[in-house]
Amino acid sequence: MIPAPFAYDRVDSTDAALAALAEHGDDAKLLAGGHSLLPLMKLRLASPEVLVDVGRLSDLSYVRQDGDTIAIGALTRHRDLETSSELAEQVPILAHVAGQVGDPQVRHRGTIGGSVAHADPASDLPAVILALGGSFLVRSSERGDREIPATEFFTGFLESALEPDEMLIEIRVPAVPGAGWSFQKFNRRALDWAIVGVAAVSRNGSSGVGLVNMGSVPLLASGVTEALDQGGSIADAAEHAADGAEPQADMNATVEYRTHLAKVLVRRALEEASG
Amino acid sequence: MTATEPRTNESPAVTGTRLLRKEDPVLLTGEGRYTDDLQIPGALHMAVVRSPFAHARITSIDTAEAEASPGVVAVYTGADLADLWADQMPSAWPVTDDMVNPPHFPVTQDKARYVGDAVAVVLAESNVAARDAVDLVDVDYDPLPAVVDLEAALTDEVVIHEDAGTNKSYTWDLEIDEAAVTKAFDEAAHTVTGKFVQQRLLPMPMEPRAVACVPEPFGGGVTLYSATQIPHILKVMTAVTLGMSEADIRVVAPAVGGGFGSKLEVYAEELLCTALAHKLKRPVRWLEERSENAQATIHGRGQIQEIDLAADADGKVTGVRVRLLADMGAYLQLITPGIPLLGSFLYCGVYDVPAFSFTCTGVFTTMTPTDAYRGAGRPEATYAIERGMDLLAREVGVDPAEIRRRNYITTDQFPYTAVTGLEYDSGNHESGAEIALDLAGYDDLRAEQEQRRSEGGTKHLGIGMASYFEMCGLAPSRVLASLNYSAGGWESATVRMMPTGKVQVVSGATPHGQGHETSWSMIVADKLGVSPDDVEVLHSDTNISPHGLDTYGSRSLPVGGVAVALACDQVLDKAKQIAAHQMEASADDLEFSGGVFSVRGSPDKEMPMAAVAFEAFTAHDLPDDVEPNLTAQVTYDPPNFSWPFGTHVCVVEVDEETGAVEVRDYVAVDDCGTQINPMIVEGQVHGGIVQGLAQALFEEAVYDADGNLSAGSLAEYLVPAAPDVPTMRLGQSVTPSPTNSLGVKGVGEAGTIGAAPTVINAVVDALSHLGVTEMRMPASPLHIWEAIQAARGGDGDGLTAEQTTDTAGADRDAPSDSVQADQGGAS
Repeated sequence: MIPAPFAYDRVDSTDAALAALAEHGDDAKLLAGGHSLLPLMKLRLASPEVLVDVGRLSDLSYVRQDGDTIAIGALTRHRDLETSSELAEQVPILAHVAGQVGDPQVRHRGTIGGSVAHADPASDLPAVILALGGSFLVRSSERGDREIPATEFFTGFLESALEPDEMLIEIRVPAVPGAGWSFQKFNRRALDWAIVGVAAVSRNGSSGVGLVNMGSVPLLASGVTEALDQGGSIADAAEHAADGAEPQADMNATVEYRTHLAKVLVRRALEEASG
Repeated sequence: MTATEPRTNESPAVTGTRLLRKEDPVLLTGEGRYTDDLQIPGALHMAVVRSPFAHARITSIDTAEAEASPGVVAVYTGADLADLWADQMPSAWPVTDDMVNPPHFPVTQDKARYVGDAVAVVLAESNVAARDAVDLVDVDYDPLPAVVDLEAALTDEVVIHEDAGTNKSYTWDLEIDEAAVTKAFDEAAHTVTGKFVQQRLLPMPMEPRAVACVPEPFGGGVTLYSATQIPHILKVMTAVTLGMSEADIRVVAPAVGGGFGSKLEVYAEELLCTALAHKLKRPVRWLEERSENAQATIHGRGQIQEIDLAADADGKVTGVRVRLLADMGAYLQLITPGIPLLGSFLYCGVYDVPAFSFTCTGVFTTMTPTDAYRGAGRPEATYAIERGMDLLAREVGVDPAEIRRRNYITTDQFPYTAVTGLEYDSGNHESGAEIALDLAGYDDLRAEQEQRRSEGGTKHLGIGMASYFEMCGLAPSRVLASLNYSAGGWESATVRMMPTGKVQVVSGATPHGQGHETSWSMIVADKLGVSPDDVEVLHSDTNISPHGLDTYGSRSLPVGGVAVALACDQVLDKAKQIAAHQMEASADDLEFSGGVFSVRGSPDKEMPMAAVAFEAFTAHDLPDDVEPNLTAQVTYDPPNFSWPFGTHVCVVEVDEETGAVEVRDYVAVDDCGTQINPMIVEGQVHGGIVQGLAQALFEEAVYDADGNLSAGSLAEYLVPAAPDVPTMRLGQSVTPSPTNSLGVKGVGEAGTIGAAPTVINAVVDALSHLGVTEMRMPASPLHIWEAIQAARGGDGDGLTAEQTTDTAGADRDAPSDSVQADQGGAS
């Protein structure tokens, strides 16, 4: 309940945040909505020496259309995604899933960038961005900007391709108006992380399927997509849901049950997305 | 000359109305003062160093670095504090003469016996400094094997308390007529056996524990503020444990944010703050962290139950046999050993059972001590008999509602002396069940179920019911004596009519969310003809209310509320004498209505209660033998328990593919007798149902094989929130209690008692055609899916112990729920 001592630096610009990261490197953590980091700190499972608070950088809170791409500022809160008319029209699955994160308090504080950068395999939004084929714009004061495809971003449990001096600036996903989609979140309480979650987006005869909590990182169910591309039925393709995945056992699921759930939920997601 | 308006003769009764709670404006606007809100200048903050091992010898403790940490005033180990204790921590319920109650002190010295056992305390100038220093206390542990399986604990392979030489605390038998039980089973046409696991639960009140002890400026006494349900009992026990005079200890429970039994306790931190404040002559305070609450506040349930039912060819129960193994945890807390015994009387449920035997063995484990948790023994008992009745229905081949109808104690049998010797004063089970079943649309549901089963599909409809008695109003002191309980069961109330006509009530009951201030005001309003707004209820401070036995066991209204009513009657009697004197009439000719005395036959003569109060205060003109002031003090010892009863019905949809349960409908009829405030009653029933449903579907304090509490945070310990619970529909049944003058019975635990078996009966019913006959609580999607797999993969005869697996608790729960029918098969 009482975190270990830390220094607190509230910055007023992205440049100042990047400068602080450049200065402190691994010793610093960015604080946005605080709904992943602060609980860890209170339990003393995380003890950063410096907290760089970017929570008030309003210029990183936006949803914009740029041609076929929807660009979302990293500090856009879940609640703003949930209620964005732009998203509702162009990427409705993202608005829907943002509305499934945690509870109203969490959604009013937590940000999409914070959720993505935390790289929790049990988080919903990374799997959706994977299913959409999205990417991330990141920036460092020294090396400038680079864009990382979502498929290359999540590198390990709570680990991402972000360098210690880099900050996630923008999330980019294709506009998919009219695409079929489904999000199957299976949990025991409404506010819990998914035991298993499945995001499916179907358009132009192909489907992207992202998996929540089926391993140490958010995953693409590539075996499912391959089976579909080879003309397999939804039911057959769903049997490949956990191909290559290494799900963990916990209090809510054995490996066997989690694998089974993934198959059931992928089938349901594909049926809904193609329906 | 009065400050209050008398209520008119036409005033309707206040009791029975949905008066908004007096307590709520303060609580809802954040003005409630909880223990940690108290501003106490100069207070030292205590933090506790806790064992990370379930079972370990403490080889050394180095406090030097912690002592040198900024702001730290002192660090104490168990050895440093040993001289402060006049006695070990209290366990007030020696259930047998040879019960093992091992040494238990606020800070352990030799060994840690559960994760969270206190090994040292830090005192510092701030809570932050204290918390930081906890990490600097260097304790060397020599880890020993954990004991987390109840049956393994009984083998004494690893003994937790070496001096005791055994992990067994006691075996307690309720042997009434063993020959009759044997005969019943010998002659039975049907027998069934159920083996059930009552998983450990975390009580999880909204407010964790908090303690602050302030030395008086002179005289050597202390004021102990604590988030407790039992300031009166705490005061006595603190005096005994510290060797202090009772006169030197004042206990105050400020606003308390829930307890559910977990604050019916004398805790190490209360004793530590008091002893250290007394020793150092400085206030000492402590606030529990949520993760500490999971480890160091008592847990509930923790039993393995075996129940055998014998029945004749029609399914009429002829005998019940119960064997319990009860998890004490590492030590005996205040009433740990008695909790399973409180349930012992209810294993025959609401049925007319002629033969019964019960035995319970309490066993130590290396887990957090268990103790009272909402219902305390009675939900467990009800679960066993109500699951058992469903098993019997299946065995006999009749509907679960029908098997119960054949066995209910009928209305004309009351008052009914049970085989246990207890007298059930009233009941109306068939009618209560009928109301609930009708409200749920039971017959239509069964038809829908049959239809859907014939059509196939992967979502299955299940209907479950349970009927129960709730043994409330703890308790007749003489009954407690027969159970070796070290206290009585009375309650105290003082009613004072002030010169202004306002009323002060001093109650020995100790509300922590129940709404006593509102309910007591309503009782007084009708008795004395005043507005409930003019009644002030004082409580929870042992200097203001010196006598009391506090709040637990659904006792406050049927004991404490009745005491208030009786005190009002005495005040009224005295007022009548004064009024008669003033109006020069005979007391026998006086009528009292709407707050006004009048003389029968003389309509012009009347005197409002407030005027009588003022006369009693001035004492200018009182009858010769009447003392000034209108005040009465009553201590009420109930002649019997109270016996609320009811029936719950639950309708679920179970998804065979995922194991998910959706509660489609929930209906409850809880007959708690006369309702003082139906809104408060409904709130209690709603909350109770949610807590029972939580045991059935969500919650478990899972331990791993090493004795670590895996479900130690609110991310893993699944307390359901509003979106996770169904809308509850309540049916009405009111059978006033003949045992007390208010006709009330108590309502705090009823929902919890009924809900768990109702929900599990529904889940099992949904899957019965797939061969599932038993379901381990909580009926999580995982447990359900595995039960279906086991039923499919097995011989179709349901689950066996080996087939049900439990992920994290696998090692502990070797005897997973299983059932076998002795005759005829269960399928």
